[in-house]
Amino acid sequence: MNLTLLILLPLLTAIVILLMRNATQIKRAALIGSIAQFVLAFVLLFSFRNERAAGNEVQMLFELQYDWFPAWHITFHLGVDGISVAMILLTAFVVMAGVLVSWNVTKMTKEFYFLLILLSLGAYGFFISLDLFILFFFLEIAVIPKYLLIGIWGSGKKEYAANKLALMLMGGSALVLVGLLGVYFGSHEKTFDLLTLAHAHIPVEVQKICFPLLFVGFGVFTALFPFHTWVPDGHSSAPTAGSMFLAGISMKLGGYGCLRVATYIMPDGAKEYANIVIVLSTIAILYGAFATMMQKDLKYINAYSSVSHCGFVLLGIGMLTKTAMTGAIMQMVSHGLMTALFFAVIGMIYERTHTRQVNEMGGLLKVMPFITTVLFIVGLCSLGLPGLSGFVAEMTVFMGSWQNPDSFHRIATIAACMSIVVTAVYILRAIGHTAMGPLKEGYGNLNDAKWNEKLAAIILIAGILAIGIAPFWLNELISPATEIIMKKLQAGHSGL
Amino acid sequence: MLNDFLILMKSELVVVFIIFLLLLIKVGTEIKNENLLSIIQFLLLANFVLGFFFNETGTLFGGLFTTNGLMAFQKSILSLGVYLISLLFSVWLKKSEHMPEFFMLMLSALLGMFFMISSGSLLMFFLSLELSTIPVAAMANFDLEKKISSEASMKMILSSAFSSGILLFGISLIYGATGTVNFAEIPVLLDGSPLQILAFVFLFTAFAFKLSIVPFHLWTADVYEGAPVAVTSFLSVISKGSIAFILLTTLYKVFAPMQEIWYNMVMLLSITTMIVGNLFALRQQNIKRFLAFSSIAQVGFILVGLSSNSVQGTASVVYFVLIYVFSNLAAFGVAGAISQQTGKESIDDFKGLYQNNPFISWILALALFSLAGIPPTAGFFGKLFLITTGASKGNYFFITVAALNLIVSLYYYLRVIRAVFMDKNEQPIEKIYLNPSVKLGMVICGAGIVLVGLLTWIYDYITALTV
Repeated sequence: MNLTLLILLPLLTAIVILLMRNATQIKRAALIGSIAQFVLAFVLLFSFRNERAAGNEVQMLFELQYDWFPAWHITFHLGVDGISVAMILLTAFVVMAGVLVSWNVTKMTKEFYFLLILLSLGAYGFFISLDLFILFFFLEIAVIPKYLLIGIWGSGKKEYAANKLALMLMGGSALVLVGLLGVYFGSHEKTFDLLTLAHAHIPVEVQKICFPLLFVGFGVFTALFPFHTWVPDGHSSAPTAGSMFLAGISMKLGGYGCLRVATYIMPDGAKEYANIVIVLSTIAILYGAFATMMQKDLKYINAYSSVSHCGFVLLGIGMLTKTAMTGAIMQMVSHGLMTALFFAVIGMIYERTHTRQVNEMGGLLKVMPFITTVLFIVGLCSLGLPGLSGFVAEMTVFMGSWQNPDSFHRIATIAACMSIVVTAVYILRAIGHTAMGPLKEGYGNLNDAKWNEKLAAIILIAGILAIGIAPFWLNELISPATEIIMKKLQAGHSGL
Repeated sequence: MLNDFLILMKSELVVVFIIFLLLLIKVGTEIKNENLLSIIQFLLLANFVLGFFFNETGTLFGGLFTTNGLMAFQKSILSLGVYLISLLFSVWLKKSEHMPEFFMLMLSALLGMFFMISSGSLLMFFLSLELSTIPVAAMANFDLEKKISSEASMKMILSSAFSSGILLFGISLIYGATGTVNFAEIPVLLDGSPLQILAFVFLFTAFAFKLSIVPFHLWTADVYEGAPVAVTSFLSVISKGSIAFILLTTLYKVFAPMQEIWYNMVMLLSITTMIVGNLFALRQQNIKRFLAFSSIAQVGFILVGLSSNSVQGTASVVYFVLIYVFSNLAAFGVAGAISQQTGKESIDDFKGLYQNNPFISWILALALFSLAGIPPTAGFFGKLFLITTGASKGNYFFITVAALNLIVSLYYYLRVIRAVFMDKNEQPIEKIYLNPSVKLGMVICGAGIVLVGLLTWIYDYITALTV
């Protein structure tokens, strides 16, 4: 399969959207485009599995390489392994659901869908690039859409939130940039090529400088404590689809970068700083969970709980065991689907009740059974009910963490485990308040979900169930790739 | 000999030809401004296109004048900028009584810049620098009924006279220390003695004045604010670009043996320029002053690329200037169109601009994102290559400061974006009329902003010229 299709398809969709005349045409074009992306992601999954089944053990499949800026040895190098395929699937799910739930956007429809599709373009490009320069290019490409989506279509303190998000993410990118340049010149390879760098001997002292730069830089995107402050504001002010994209896809760019770029090419740096990563991510997990308990606004609840859940991703990476890393990637996919669904449901509720305050709602199960049921499912997934994706992912992270025999790692694991209890408290309280009890006045004649909302929810639930009930297929996809990262980690200095 | 002369100096000769043609038209005919402007635009386009043909390498007048492919390309960038100015500000130009004079002055300045890029000795450099400065000061006075315009002109004359004095002093010291003013001979005779360092400091100060490097930037904001937008854009894009080009020659060729010494100087000036430019830009309300300080910060970035002596340094600076021409001219074009029709120049007035003027809003957004260095605009590539070049010395502190400055600059560019797209306004700016040539100019700028980065052969072409 030709990977450039993953970039060309969103680009084509975006151009078609620009050419359309009225809102209906624009929506149709966006929907068709996102369905095509969805199909393409599955084609990629199956052709990837076929190749692997046929015994193709090359690290990266479907590699492509064109010269881009020969003077800097920058190549347009694409390729996928199991991790990238998983992330691409996640992106396709979230994009399709995001397009569906935004069906009612009336303000500047054309611009809205154009920016939404541009955001997905950045994500696909990021996940398939094997050259750090183009990886950085795609990472940054999403800044404009994010800023404008929040600032124009958002609610509440939207300008403040948009500014904060853009600046903090830009700060993260600035650190990434310095780190990348350090690797470029420090490795003496003068290349941005991921695979070349992974096989090169980057001097330990360079790794000690560049690993924290890259890890913190990418960490900002995935709410690394204490750089998580953009998350609550950004997510809660964004329009529904914007929050879905931000939490579902954009935060995953950071986790993917921490693993694929920072940890993979600089194993010595990773070992050096692993303990700090563990401490910070444990703090994020606990702090996020406790902070969520204090929230009264549904969107803030999900935003703070995202900080907590994304902490598991970084914890899994910091534990430096194969199982924990696999768990971290599973958590990325699981949290992406779950949080997108959560924001979608919150958006649906808000559209009907015009409030997001938990204590102003009640008894919604009676008037909108479908939406409220989805809320239950997503809540249970968030608190880690077996059979749903959250359980599988977090359990894998804990199993992997426990494999480290010393007490430091064990204490961190136990502390992180405790957050699950807190999660249960806030989730059950919020959902109970919203769904159960007597119906509040004025909510008697609210409608249940429409076709587009149902479809969006069903797609995401299908993803959650697929991971929850049959996690082995995701595990099969991911673990060969984590295996390679682990080998590199164990080999340390001597290289691979 | 005559053939050599004609071929090697063809860019300069074309400009001289246009100037004299304009003079004859002005004196001899009663042609209307509108028709004349179309003719001028055509001539400027022809000038730009001709820049790509018959380029040869050679020297004339015993080394006073040199030219090669890279220099020809640099001249083409400047010609392109002048052509774009003639398009973007055509509404303003048509109304002006003295349009032919305006172009004569602008082209004289351009001629000076051409000679400056090609100069092979300090004397030639000095003469051409004066030729490129004095007409601009006259141009700054072109809003004849505005006092602030004359003030700008006066400030510019005084500060450039001062910097010329410093430059001449530096040149005389160089001559005293080495016994020559010829670019080819100076590097051989440089040994880093204190006198030579002093001479270099004086020379560099003069450059710093023209490029408005902090702490020699104080004239910039006032002049930019007072001068007509067309002149401001000429000053900030074309003048700056030409000085950056000659600075490349001076640092990399003439003072190459003293690199250890000038590296620290350039680094320090670059850091202060970026920081001061950015911090002052944060609080500006007038869009012209805002762009003035942002252009100071941009010069700081150019110095990041300049700080390393290499093929990549030259290539990335030339590439950045090309991108800068498109981005900054687009921003000035929009600001000019608005101020021409409504007289509004404050960022607060831009609130709600998108409501009635989606096209120019997007052009402005593209330009500002390009200046901020956000992909997919070309500014991303330009800035990234400058920073990469600067990093080749392994000076992480310098690079980190540069990268952090990117965040600050993003903040103030976003201020404008926010005003245009998000803020509410009871009385937003009404629909701005754009005549076809303004539209064409904006489309060219927009296309340049998007394509120069993605079409990688442009960078390859520049690198190939540099080697």
